[in-house]
This record gives sequence, structure tokens and C-alpha cells, in this order.
Amino acid sequence: MIAIIDYKAGNLTSVRLAFGALGCEALVTSDPQAILAADRVVFPGVGAAGAAMWNLADLTLIAPIKEVASRGTPFLGICLGTQILFDSSEEDGGTTTLGILPGRVPRFRPSNRWDKVPQIGWNQVAQARRHPLLDGIPDNGEFYFVHSFYPAPADPALAIGLTGYAGVSFASMVGRANVAATQFHPEKSGRIGLRLLDNFTRWTPTPDV
Amino acid sequence: MLTKRIIPCLDIIKRRVTKGVRFLNNIDLGDPVEMAVRYSEGGCDELVVYDITASAEGRPIDIGMVREVARAVRIPFAVGGGISTLGDMSRVLLAGAEKISVNSLAVKNPEIISGGAKAFGSQCIVLGMDPAATPDTARCPSGYEVTTRGFRERTGLDAVAWAKRAEELGAGEIVVNSVDADGTRAGFELTITRLIAEAVSVPVVASGGAGCAAHLRDAFNLAHADAAIVAGILHTGEITLRQIKDELHAEGIPVRMTW
Repeated sequence: MIAIIDYKAGNLTSVRLAFGALGCEALVTSDPQAILAADRVVFPGVGAAGAAMWNLADLTLIAPIKEVASRGTPFLGICLGTQILFDSSEEDGGTTTLGILPGRVPRFRPSNRWDKVPQIGWNQVAQARRHPLLDGIPDNGEFYFVHSFYPAPADPALAIGLTGYAGVSFASMVGRANVAATQFHPEKSGRIGLRLLDNFTRWTPTPDV
Repeated sequence: MLTKRIIPCLDIIKRRVTKGVRFLNNIDLGDPVEMAVRYSEGGCDELVVYDITASAEGRPIDIGMVREVARAVRIPFAVGGGISTLGDMSRVLLAGAEKISVNSLAVKNPEIISGGAKAFGSQCIVLGMDPAATPDTARCPSGYEVTTRGFRERTGLDAVAWAKRAEELGAGEIVVNSVDADGTRAGFELTITRLIAEAVSVPVVASGGAGCAAHLRDAFNLAHADAAIVAGILHTGEITLRQIKDELHAEGIPVRMTW
């Protein structure tokens, strides 16, 4: 069973519906026991990092998330869920986040007036390395993004996919061992997004990937 | 490179897609869910669904329809019409929409923008506005005034000032739907679209007046819109999304060509 972590940060319906379209049962839950018992865990979210961390603490979800991420359960972060896996975010005046992946989350600071923030729309994901979640997905395939902040991993080797926007090439997909995470929304990225989620449902992580 | 978005707009009355000129003479075009699926498979980058009579009728949005669209398509869509509280916004997001569009109710109650941005994030709060040209530049220095409720009421608000205010309040995107161009197929109103694109740092969506692919090209190249809404010419089948994208691609405009 796939657990989709509900921490009052929107967007969960579309993630559940996408897994439903793949014929997978996915439970939207904020129950720590259900998350610990799940075969796979999805950590989605839209909204602001500060409120998200407050909600996670209030729902006593921080320890279970750290546990499933560290013990090998296939784990997929999406958008805000991805951002708060890192050590800190610039959002809400600076927010300490989960520290599951080393790095920080800065805001776009475009020098060109026509590069708008948030980035909204379909942008290419260049594959920095092979990863099972990208199986069958073309290099530079377009995924849907909606965000003002972006992952900046401390170790560039964490990057799985790279995307250019507002003068930076940022890690639009990151991962280590059983943790994979996308800044884009696979659940809203049409056919190739569904393919990524389908790959996730069949993914057996190895410690070194 | 971020691609320019092409967004079909579905105006809904009583769960049917309709199209009129300047909100008049609306005709029935089909089922919203079927049309959403057709456009999604045809290569649209996003959809917008407006429950166009909800606000005027003082009733909440048709949430059942939002749920059905969310179940049927795997691309983002925005929903507008009849959203007046944070509870309404929450229901629309939980039904599976990506974004909430507020328009006339935000003019009366601008705090809906800041409240929504704080609760759900700026990226899902879209300000829709319906500017009309006005000779009264003393009151509206940009020469464009915001109107509301299906273009029936003038507000006295300058369109550019309102766009900036909405951005300050936390709107993550602004849809500029020209009253004068709407339904005419004579092209987008490039002047006000560009004025707003220059004035705000969030994405701007051109709306109203699309008659051919060249009109979208102009909205992107001349008015610096980040996205364009298309309705009538797609609904009648005069042009397909593929044809529009092929033409824009040939002109060197970045668009998503595989889906």
C-alpha cells in the first residue's frame, strides 16, 4: 500500500487520483502508524515551508518521516515535500526543515525582468544520471512546475535531473538510496508524469543508487 | 527553457461549456469533462474552468464538476467563479484543482488574496481581472479600468495599480482578460497585457481575443505574456492545439511539442 502523507498542504487529491489512474491503491493519511506501515511513501505538498513544518510537528509526523526515509522504504517527495527534505529553506524568513537531504532551498532571483517568479509551466528535465524512476522517459522531457524556491543540494551528485530557469540550472529531481524527490509535479505532468509514478510503484531501491 | 503555455478556457453555465461575445448570446458547446479530456489529449498545457454565473448568482462553485475534471485529466487546471472564502478555496484544491482564480470578489474583498496565499501558497492564487479601456486617465492613469461581474460594473480601479496590489497581497499569477477584445477574435489587447507584464514580477496570462496562432505569437513576443488563454477558435474546431503549436514552434517560440 502507498501512503500519501497528509499534512494540510493541498494537492493531495491529484496525487491520489494519479495513482488511481495507474490502478494503485493509495491512502491519504496523517496517521504516523499508517505511514510507518506503508510499502511506499509519497510526500507531496504545495504551500509555504514554514506552515508545512509547523503542521508536521503538530501532527507528530517528523519522526515517522525520518524513519521511513532512513530505513529503505521507497520514498517520493514532490514539490514542497521535496523542498522540506533539505536542511533549510529561505521561505517564510528562513525555515529549518527536515534535514533528510543535505542542502538548502533558495528563492529564484532573476536578473531578467521577464523571468517571472513563481516559475509556472512546463520545463525540460535534463537527466544528470540514470535512475529507475526515469525509465522510459525521454531526456529533456517536459514536466509541470509551480514554484518560487528550488533545491540546491550540498552534494551535486544528489541531482538526478537538471532544469534551467531564471539564470540558474537547478536540481529539479534529486535522490539518494530509497529517497527520490521532484521539484516538478509528476501527477500533473500528463503521460510522462504518470510514467514516473508508475516506475515508482515498481521501484526496488538499492542502497547505492 | 520554460515553455509558453496555451490554456483552453471552459466557461460553464449549468455544467455545460458555453461561449458568448462579451458575456452575451451564450451558446452550448458541450460537456466540460469531455472537452477537458479532448484538450488535454490534444496537447493543451493547462486548463481553466470558470463557473461564470456562480458569482453573479451568489452561490458557491460547482464542486462536483471540479472533482470530475480532476478525475479525468492529468494536467493542471485552475478554477474560478463563486470563490469567496478560504473554505471555498480549500474545497476547490481538495477536489483536485491546481489553482484558484479570484476576480470580482477579490475587488470587494482583497484580503481573500492574502488569506489564500498565506494558507495555500501564492502559486495557487490567480487573480483574474477584466480591464476595459477608459478615457478617464485622471482616475485610471494606465487608461484601463477594472470591471467586474461579467463586465457589468466599473470599479474605478486602475488596472495596472490593481495588478500590483494583487501581487503585493500574494497573487501568484495574473490573468488579463480584456473586455474590449473578449470574443472578437481580433487579437489580444496587447497594450494592457504588456503594461501589466512590465509592472509585476509574477507570470501574466493574456486572455480574450484569440483568433489565430499569430495572435498568440504577438501576446508572447510583443506583450511578454507567459501564457495565453484560447477559447472560441478551439471550441468551434477552426484550429487545433497542434496547429497553433506547430505555427508557434516554427516562429521560434518555446512550446511543449510532445505530450
